[in-house]
Amino acid sequence: MSETVLLQAKDLEIRFGGVIAASGINIEIMEHKNLAIIGPNGAGKTTFLNMCTGYLKPHAGKIFFDGEDVTGIAPRKLVRKGVARAFQIPQLFTEHTVLENMLMAGAAQARNWAPLTRIDRIAQRGEMVHMLEMIKCAHLADRLVSELPEGQRKLIDIALALALKPRLLFMDEPTSGVASSEKFEVLEIISGALQESKVTAVFVEHDMGIVERFADEVAVWNRGQVLFRGAPDDILKHPDVIRDVIGEEL
Amino acid sequence: MNVQLFALAIVDGVSYAALVFLVAVGLTLIFGVLRVLNVAHGSFYAIGAYTTASVGGAIFAAGFSPWLAFPLMIVAAVLVGTLIGGPIEKFLLSRIYHLEDVLQILVTFAVFLILEDFQRLVWGVQPLFEATALNQLGTVTVFGITYTAYQLIFLPVVAVLVLVGLRLGLRRTLTGRLITAVTEDREAAITIGIDAEKVYLITFIVGASLAALGGALASATTSVVPGMGADMIVLSFAVVATAGLGQIEGAAITALMIGLGRSFAVYVWPEMQVLVPYLIMFGVLLVRPQGLFGGIEARKI
Amino acid sequence: MTSILSKRWLLVFIVALLIVAPIVAPSTQVLLTLALAKSLAVLGVIVLLQAGQVSFGHALFFAIAAYGAAFLGRSMGGGEILLNLVLGVVAASAVALIVGLFIVRYRHIFFGMLNLAASMIFYSFLEKFYYITGGSDGLSVPRPTVLGMALERAEFEWILFYGALLLVLGALALTHRFLTSPLGQMMRAIKTNEVRLEYLGVSSRRVLLAGYVLSAALCGLGGALMATAQGIVTPEYAWWIRSGEFVFIAILGGAGSVNGALVGALAYEFVKNYAAAFAADIWQLVLGTVLLVVILFAPNGIVGLSQRLGNGRSEKEEAGQ
Repeated sequence: MSETVLLQAKDLEIRFGGVIAASGINIEIMEHKNLAIIGPNGAGKTTFLNMCTGYLKPHAGKIFFDGEDVTGIAPRKLVRKGVARAFQIPQLFTEHTVLENMLMAGAAQARNWAPLTRIDRIAQRGEMVHMLEMIKCAHLADRLVSELPEGQRKLIDIALALALKPRLLFMDEPTSGVASSEKFEVLEIISGALQESKVTAVFVEHDMGIVERFADEVAVWNRGQVLFRGAPDDILKHPDVIRDVIGEEL
Repeated sequence: MNVQLFALAIVDGVSYAALVFLVAVGLTLIFGVLRVLNVAHGSFYAIGAYTTASVGGAIFAAGFSPWLAFPLMIVAAVLVGTLIGGPIEKFLLSRIYHLEDVLQILVTFAVFLILEDFQRLVWGVQPLFEATALNQLGTVTVFGITYTAYQLIFLPVVAVLVLVGLRLGLRRTLTGRLITAVTEDREAAITIGIDAEKVYLITFIVGASLAALGGALASATTSVVPGMGADMIVLSFAVVATAGLGQIEGAAITALMIGLGRSFAVYVWPEMQVLVPYLIMFGVLLVRPQGLFGGIEARKI
Repeated sequence: MTSILSKRWLLVFIVALLIVAPIVAPSTQVLLTLALAKSLAVLGVIVLLQAGQVSFGHALFFAIAAYGAAFLGRSMGGGEILLNLVLGVVAASAVALIVGLFIVRYRHIFFGMLNLAASMIFYSFLEKFYYITGGSDGLSVPRPTVLGMALERAEFEWILFYGALLLVLGALALTHRFLTSPLGQMMRAIKTNEVRLEYLGVSSRRVLLAGYVLSAALCGLGGALMATAQGIVTPEYAWWIRSGEFVFIAILGGAGSVNGALVGALAYEFVKNYAAAFAADIWQLVLGTVLLVVILFAPNGIVGLSQRLGNGRSEKEEAGQ
C-alpha cells in the first residue's frame, strides 16, 4: 500500500484563556492507516479534532490536507474536500427520521437541492438505504432520531459522515455512551462500513482493548502535545503510557 | 450648526441616553441570567411612566410636597418591577424555560400585547404630562443656553449611580454574586446548590424595575402616550445588540452613542431622527456581529 | 394516514366554502379577499418558523410590494394587475436578498428584532418622507386592468377574489413542495442542528437565505394583492402591529403546516371583523391571551386541533369495529 500523507499538522497551537490546549502539535496522518488518539481528559484531543475539521482556528501553525493548506477554513469547505466528522455527542437532526437525516446527507453530498422534489424521492435514496444497511440500522429508517437510544444515535452520526464519501473521517469517542458489552460489536459494524467505503479513520478512544483491536497506529496526547506515536503493540506497552494514560483509564 | 446648538444637542443626547441606558441595562441583565430576551421589557418602561405621572398628578393636586416626586419615582419603579414583573416571571416565564427559543420569544411577545392594552384600559389614550420633578430642580445656564437641571445633571447622575451600583452590587453582595454565577455557568451554579429559580425571579424584578425607573424618570420630561413601550423595546434592543449581549458598561457607552446620534439628527436632518439608532446598530453589527463589546461564544461539541 | 386525510379534508372543505361564500353571502367577498392576501404573508412567516425563526418585521416586505404596486399603478395611470403582482414579488425578493444577507447571520431574538428594526426603518421612511410616500395619508392605488381589460368595480372584485384564491392555493402547493424538498428539509434542520448541517458541507446561512427570500416573496405577493384590493396603501402596511399579526395568525392556524396560513387568516379576519365591535379596546389583550393559550396548550394551532379531533374520531371508529 502506498504511503500517502493525507493530513499533516504543523506546529499547531491554541489557547483558551490561560489554558494551552495545543502546544506545538506535529503529526502526519497516513492514508489507509487508522489512527487512534489516546490520552487523559483535557489533553486536547477534541481540540485537535476541532482544528482539523475547521471548527476552531489554530492561533499558530498550519494544517495541510492532501498537500493543500486548509488552515482555518470552514468545516463545510473541508467537508467538500473530503474531511468528515462524527461527534462525541451525536449531532443529528432530532426532529427528522433516521432516513431523512441520511437523505439530507446524501443530497448535501451530491449538491442536489431540488427545491421541488420530495426528499424521499431523490436519486440518492438507494445509496442512503444501503448505508443504513451497512451499519445495521435499516430497520430504524422511519424512526424519529429523538426516540433512539444513544448507541444507535452514534451509529447514525457516523453514517451521516460516511454518506459524504470522505477520504478522512474523524470520530470523537465512537463507543462512548455504548454499553461496554456492545462496544466491540458496534466497532465491528463501524470498521466494516469504513472498509467498504475505503475511508481512513482517526478516532479518539479511551478503551485500550478497542484501540488494540481496531487501530493501525496510536498517538498519545498529553497537555496539548503528541507524546508518542507508533504501532499499538509498542505504544500500549510503553511504561510512560501505562503510567500516564492507561493507568488513569483503569 | 453653531456652538449653542451643538451644546444643546449634546445635553439632549446625554439625558436621553441616560433613560435608554436604564431600560437597556435591565434588558441585558435579564438576558444574561434567564437567557430570555424579554419583548415585554418596554412595557415596564411605559407602565413606570404612567404610574409615576398619574400618582404624581393625584398627590400634588392633593397638596403634598412637590419634592415627593423623587421618592415617588423609586417607589413606582420598584412596585412595577415587583408587582407586575414578579408574577410574570413566577407564573409564566418560569414555565417556559424548557421550551424552544421561538416559543419563548412568542410568549414574551404575547405578554407585550397584553400589557399594551392593559395600559390603555387603566390610563386611557389621552397623553399624561406631569413635570413637577423637572420644574422642581430649576434651570442651569451653560454656554449661554439655559437648560433644565433635571436633564442636564439629574438624569446622567442617576444613570451613573445605577451603573456603579449595579457593578458593585454584582461584585460585592451575595445576591449579586449568585446572579453572576448563574450568568457565567448556569449548570455549574445549579450543581453547587444555587437556587436558580430564586435568582431568576430576583434578576427579573431588578431588570423590570430598572426599565420602570427609566419610564418614571422620563415621565417628567415628556408626555406619556400609548405606544411609548413599543418604541422603547426596539430602541433598547438596538442598544443591547450594538453593545453585545450581557455587557453592562458596554450598554452605557452604546446608549450614549445612540442618544447623541439621535439628538444630532434632530438638529441636522430631523427626518432621520428615528432612523439613526438603527443605522448605528446595523453599521456596528455589519462589522462586529457579536456587538462592540461582546465576545464570541462557541458551542461545545 | 388519518392525519394526512384529515388535513386534506380540512383544506378541501375550506376551499369549497370559499368558492361558494361570495355567491351565497356577497357581503363577505371583500373581507375574504383581504384574508387571502394576508394568508400569503402568513405563509411567508410560516416558512421561517420551520427553521425555528420568528420575524417581527415581515410587514416590511408586505409594504414594499404594496407601495411598489401603488407607484407602478400611479406612474402608468392605472396599471395592470399582473404587473402589480410581479413587481411586488420581485421588489420584496430583491430587498429580502439584500437585508437577508445580513440578517441570516443571526438567530432567534436577534433575528426577530433585526427584522423589526428593518421594518421600522421603512415605516418611518414612509411616514417622514411624505413628499415621496404621501406620509401617513398614504397613496391611492388606481384600479388596474386585468390582462389589459378595464373592468367595473364589481367585476373587478369578483376576479380579484377568485384570482386570489387561485394564487393562494398555488402558493400553498409550491411552499409545501419546497418544504418537503431537500432544501426545505434543511431549513427545518436549522432549527435542530446547525453544526451538523455545516458538517454536511452545507451553509446554513445560505439555506436560511433561500427560505428568507421565499418568505419575503410570499409577503410581497400578499402585499401587492392587498394594496390592489384596498385601493390605498398607508405606512400602517409596514407597522410592527401588522408583522405581529402575521406571526399571531401563523401560530393560531398552526405553524407546522402550510394550511395553517389559510385557516388561520380566515379565522382571524372573521373574528376580528365581527368581534372588533365588542373588543376594540382590548383587541391586543385578546390576541396576547389567545397566543399564550395556543402556545401553552395547543402548540399546533387550529390545524393541529382539527387533526387531533379527526384522529380521535377515527380511532374511536376503529375501536368500534
